[in-house]
Amino acid sequence: MAAFSLIIAILCSAIIQSIPLLYGATGEILTEKSGHLNLGIPGIMYMGGISGVIGAYIYEKSVTVPNPFWSIFVALMSALIGSGLLALIYSFLTVTLRANQNVTGLAITTFGTGFGDFFGGSLTKIMGDGGNLQLAATPKYFKASLPFANDLGPVGKLLFSYGFLTYLAIVIAIVAAIFLKRTRAGLHLRAVGENPATADAAGINVTRHKYLATLIGGMIAGLGGFYFIMDYTGGSWTNGGMGDRGWLAIAIVIFATWKPIMAILGSFVFGGLYIAYSYVSPMFASLPNANTLRPVIQEAFNTLPYLVTIIVLVITSMRNKKENQPPQSLGLPYFREER
Amino acid sequence: MNNCPAIELRNITKTFGSVVANKNVCLTVKKGEILSILGENGSGKTTLMNMISGIYFPDEGQIFVDGKEVVIRSPKDAFKYKIGMIHQHFKLVDVFTAAENIILGLKNEKGFDIKKAEKKVREISDKYGFALDPTKKIYEMSVSEKQTVEIIRVLYRNADILILDEPTAVLTPQEAQTLFAILRRMRDDGKAIIIITHKLHEVLSLSDRVTVLRKGEYAGTVNTCDATEKSLTEMMVGQKVALNIDRDDPKDPCDRLVVNNINCINRDGVQVLNNISFTARSGEILGIAGIAGSGQRELLESIAGLQKLNSGSIMYHNPKTGTEEDLRNKTPLQIRELGVRLSFVPEDRLGMGLVANMDIVDNMMLRSYRKGHSVFVQRKAPAQLAEDIITRLKVVTPSSHTPVRRLSGGNVQKVLVGREIASAPTVLMAAYPVRGLDINSSYTIYNLLNEQKRNGTAVIFVGEDLDVLIELCDRILVLCGGKISGIVDARNITKEEIGLLMTKSEQGGAK
Repeated sequence: MAAFSLIIAILCSAIIQSIPLLYGATGEILTEKSGHLNLGIPGIMYMGGISGVIGAYIYEKSVTVPNPFWSIFVALMSALIGSGLLALIYSFLTVTLRANQNVTGLAITTFGTGFGDFFGGSLTKIMGDGGNLQLAATPKYFKASLPFANDLGPVGKLLFSYGFLTYLAIVIAIVAAIFLKRTRAGLHLRAVGENPATADAAGINVTRHKYLATLIGGMIAGLGGFYFIMDYTGGSWTNGGMGDRGWLAIAIVIFATWKPIMAILGSFVFGGLYIAYSYVSPMFASLPNANTLRPVIQEAFNTLPYLVTIIVLVITSMRNKKENQPPQSLGLPYFREER
Repeated sequence: MNNCPAIELRNITKTFGSVVANKNVCLTVKKGEILSILGENGSGKTTLMNMISGIYFPDEGQIFVDGKEVVIRSPKDAFKYKIGMIHQHFKLVDVFTAAENIILGLKNEKGFDIKKAEKKVREISDKYGFALDPTKKIYEMSVSEKQTVEIIRVLYRNADILILDEPTAVLTPQEAQTLFAILRRMRDDGKAIIIITHKLHEVLSLSDRVTVLRKGEYAGTVNTCDATEKSLTEMMVGQKVALNIDRDDPKDPCDRLVVNNINCINRDGVQVLNNISFTARSGEILGIAGIAGSGQRELLESIAGLQKLNSGSIMYHNPKTGTEEDLRNKTPLQIRELGVRLSFVPEDRLGMGLVANMDIVDNMMLRSYRKGHSVFVQRKAPAQLAEDIITRLKVVTPSSHTPVRRLSGGNVQKVLVGREIASAPTVLMAAYPVRGLDINSSYTIYNLLNEQKRNGTAVIFVGEDLDVLIELCDRILVLCGGKISGIVDARNITKEEIGLLMTKSEQGGAK
């Protein structure tokens, strides 16, 4: 029984870990399907987090008794607007000005994390409060699960013990999968990413598809950072707290071979690997000089997700199936009158 | 039926930077008519058609469809006026099925029902006698299947005006005949068809009228029944060109390259070269004929050291030292270090031959960057060579520092061939060196090959135009499905005989 509840606990924390990754990966898949490799996703996730915090903080300060609906609404909207704006800068630079996507993406990431760290560290001082940035009320609403979840035993806990952003992440991934596979607009978007000249000749507005995909993809990724702050950490901001989750999200895109459904699985596996260390560390406690070894082992575990990504890359490249390859025009700017 | 033209262009002008691609071009096509647009390479045929199909927007001039002036800003507008274009370079998404490619961009149909689309594609295929599986992925298709997808895509949209950009360039003669039959059926259906080509016999056999462009300008329109190959060529080039290719007798030929029983199995497990043996002699042009994909590319690449062979030998007789070397499975660098002066003009000019984004000088250096002793590259000699090639081969370019991708196809080829012959090769291999080139540029290339032949080079020429092969080469090797089906004397052979050899054992095998 103890083993069973331990497994449930591991699965639960894997799911919690996987949600920011899933948002990031779904957003990046949509973006990449339009032919744009957005390496700004880590920065955009950061931006989504800090914007949501700023929005919620200002709202909480401006009212005496926060209303749950408006708390959620204001925080969510700020997160979407913040990450959307950053994604828009990326699209403007890479779609309209045809700047190099990798360089632009890295700049966006640098900017997003810098912006987050600046306001995360100084927001309370700017607003005249001082102290650490900790939201009082809003995270409660995001963390709220169904009231009967805890009465349903371990299985109920596994399925129903999360805030609504968790379910939203899965719903968005499934909707994205259906959109890409089963709708005309999805077909058009894929055509733009595969071969923009063809899409253009077929009468598809390439620029609009690229803008919308990078914008919506960025906003979805922003929700990942937002979830991390509101649900995972419970509204307390730590600079650099999000770690390398943004890069992991991009790795998941490759792991999932650009399929949102596979991204759900990928995020879960990566989320599991991310927390694996804390569950195996007791095993090492009995080792001699455990204290010196521990950081080494921990770092080794942290590399696991990337190792898995490399293995997946090797396998998909070896099988060389066209459907599992990145969109053909990924990273290439498109200019209609180019000769 | 009114006599109003299906489409009419008046005084269309389009410039790219300082290059005038089209200047005051006028053109009309009636319903139920096939119009050919004839012109040399770089004469602006494709640019003109791209303006009708909305890829480019004209700087000046008017377009009328059914007598009404229209503005075509995008391909979407072109569909609205029932204009459909079949591009020279297929515009298809590789990982999509035929049906997905066909419905791409359509918005007027309700919902998204791929099954219904597949059914309609089958109906169209049956109506015109195409053989196409709508669920097949593009990357699994042959070139002619891809073209079929392109044509059905246009028909699916009920286009009344069809534009075909060099549709036969990639087809075998038989496939071209099938295509022509379909086009005639469409014409009888009342559709207006514009076909861009520089093959004169196609113009004469297919079209009702011909519009000729010369260096971006309108040179005139004639009825096909009043035209001859000669008159059209004169209109096209603006000057008389000799239609005879010079051919000297080989001067004391000796064996230069002896290929012995080579076999090659490619990555898909297909035997692309099957027991190939032949000898290339100095001072002689050896032609290689065959349907596209019969092993020509693999053969040349294995000599050049780019293709691994399973068995056999390629013996090179060095004229200077008199020694013999086996070139099999050596890298191009090893081959060069053996003192073998081998030049290769590959089929894929901007992929294998030249670097599209580098200028002419830098492309020259790809051949000579190892020369010199300092760590810095020597730019002087390549720059001089680039200027020489530009003047001698009349390359049309703003300067030797223009990226080669900005040049037209013929000029790109001149740069490539110019570089390859500059190293005074003992073996020169050229794969389809005149593909996509106009008559004048083609003759320039023929003359260059002849010059090499007179210098005692063993020239291997892979061609697709049988008339040219018969007139230019001394001997012709015919490939068929990876095997040699004959090596014949070009002076005593007819086109029909070669054609027969090309299709001799055509029972599956290599595509």
